[in-house]
Amino acid sequence: MGKTLAEKIWEDHVVRRADGEPDLLYIDLHLIHEVTSPQAFDGLRLTNRKIRRPDLTIATEDHNTPTQNIDQPIADPVSKLQVDTLRKNCAEFGVRIHSLGDIEQGIVHVVGPQLGLTQPGMTIVCGDSHTSTHGAFGALAFGIGTSEVEHVMATQTLPLARPKTMAINVEGKLKSGVTSKDIILAIIAKIGTGGGQGYVLEYRGSAIRELSMEGRMTICNMSIEAGARAGLIAPDKTTFNYIKGKPHAPKGADWDAAIAYWSTLVTDSDAKFDAEINLDASELAPFVTWGTNPGQGLPLNSNVPNPAEIADAEARGAAERALIYMDLTAGTPLKSIKIDTVFLGSCTNGRIEDLRAAAEVIKNKKIASSLRMLVVPGSARVRLQAESEGLDKVFIDAGAEWRNAGCSMCLGMNPDQLKPGERSASTSNRNFEGRQGKGGRTHLVSPLVAAATALRGTLSSPADL
Amino acid sequence: MEKFIRHTGSALPLRRSNVDTDQIIPAVYLKRVTRSGFEDGLFSAWRSDSEFVLNKPEYSKASILVAGVDFGTGSSREHAVWALQNYGFKAVISSRFADIFRGNSLKGGLLTVILPQEQVEALWLAIESDPTTQVTVDLESRTVTYNDVTCSFELDDYTRWRLLEGLDDIGLTLRHEDVVTSFEEKRAEFKPKTLPALA
Repeated sequence: MGKTLAEKIWEDHVVRRADGEPDLLYIDLHLIHEVTSPQAFDGLRLTNRKIRRPDLTIATEDHNTPTQNIDQPIADPVSKLQVDTLRKNCAEFGVRIHSLGDIEQGIVHVVGPQLGLTQPGMTIVCGDSHTSTHGAFGALAFGIGTSEVEHVMATQTLPLARPKTMAINVEGKLKSGVTSKDIILAIIAKIGTGGGQGYVLEYRGSAIRELSMEGRMTICNMSIEAGARAGLIAPDKTTFNYIKGKPHAPKGADWDAAIAYWSTLVTDSDAKFDAEINLDASELAPFVTWGTNPGQGLPLNSNVPNPAEIADAEARGAAERALIYMDLTAGTPLKSIKIDTVFLGSCTNGRIEDLRAAAEVIKNKKIASSLRMLVVPGSARVRLQAESEGLDKVFIDAGAEWRNAGCSMCLGMNPDQLKPGERSASTSNRNFEGRQGKGGRTHLVSPLVAAATALRGTLSSPADL
Repeated sequence: MEKFIRHTGSALPLRRSNVDTDQIIPAVYLKRVTRSGFEDGLFSAWRSDSEFVLNKPEYSKASILVAGVDFGTGSSREHAVWALQNYGFKAVISSRFADIFRGNSLKGGLLTVILPQEQVEALWLAIESDPTTQVTVDLESRTVTYNDVTCSFELDDYTRWRLLEGLDDIGLTLRHEDVVTSFEEKRAEFKPKTLPALA
């Protein structure tokens, strides 16, 4: 029987297999940031261990870093200590680091692909659950905890139980105004936040093939929101063209060897998935979340659901609690919900295409006076690219704030936070209670919906303008 | 790592599903560079409500958390495991855990026990009607016992052995360092390296 893409990559990385034990898997690339690494470096020091492969390891600062006044020392002393600790650790253990102010600094999952370090067929890990982003290149990429970070540092391997595989077939053509963000929000609404638990997802079908690399990254990024540690897409010409010429892309004979290998990275026609789900792309509409987990989403034209109509007791209880937290009443049209803050950014939607799409909607218009809009590029490079295209002016002229790169309001770890009771339309990945600031309320949206919402002041799509 | 063989204590009912790691410990508490002191961030938003179950004096001594389905979704932060352990929890029972949280818990010696939802409901009723109910989580026999009820749970033999012995995963892997080295010798040349940094 043939193999799925995920199984092929897995098999190519098995260092050791023994009965009754997890497989020991080789890790090709380890990405590090300031929040989940300090205790791992401490562990190495305590046991007198080194990083086995600093040449397969790279660090950047993103979660905790400010997006304003980055030429000044970090104001919050606790944040500063964490960032300083990363710098010291990288110097001590010989790890390459891109610090705040460096041209290659940015969100770790934006930096890897733009450097060309993310390539098909690799195993990629990081102490961050959105490592699934790199699956867009046909890599097996997943988030790990700090104990595993230390394990990878010391051994360049991880002991792992083999996951099951799930095919997500998305066929058909997207309507205008519907994006990859809407595809993934619809998938999560369909299978739930636990639906992918124990699986690696493979996104397939004509609608996926049609997407750009950045669109594919948005989808794979949110695999974890469906409970799957990893999600991937078979590499193709779109992938190869994106990688070609990037700083760490293979060159010359290496490029030919790489292409020959990458071209084998497809699911065999006789391979069997453990589960399969289908989605018709042509039926999708702009999607928005109304609740406090990413599975609680609906098309933007819908009304806030009535928990009493939900049959499953667990889901009903969760919906009741979510409406209380979100301060929403069943039956309210989603489009009438007033927004205080629009956040455009994150590892989900902070890349150049996302900024271009939003700028196109906002160009020569003003954002509603009732709200603020934060535009936070995913990396310093994305910011520079946007500025070279004049996108910064589009946003600034419209009344938005143009910030420096980082995770920012996606998780509210730096000063970019919602105030209690404030409501955001956010292009990020999680609408958990308090995620963007204690008491803050989050609606997840695409960059197009974010931009239209910024103009109208209520949840809107460009078609409403 | 401390061995986990069995633990007996009172249990706290957390009747919520989809308890994500941002609820277990919000990001603002993740700035510490140590492994300890995270107990103050545990469920911090919910703890400001005096009615929240963690604030009820009858559960103040609880060392086993009994939660709804999909516990630990979201972020990979191992701080969620540390916060539960720092607070004094030794085990968490739920009908389903998120993958990364479960992996982190079993690395760090916080035993996560999967029981069918009906058994979780029955346990909730028991510990709500009598918060002093003693619950035993026994890894040797893979059972949860309280009053006259015994529930079996599954955990793979390898992980069970590692927890019973309190073994460090890294140490176990380093026993096979030679296999890692020979694997590295066969790795494709075209795979990228981060060093030296390109100009």
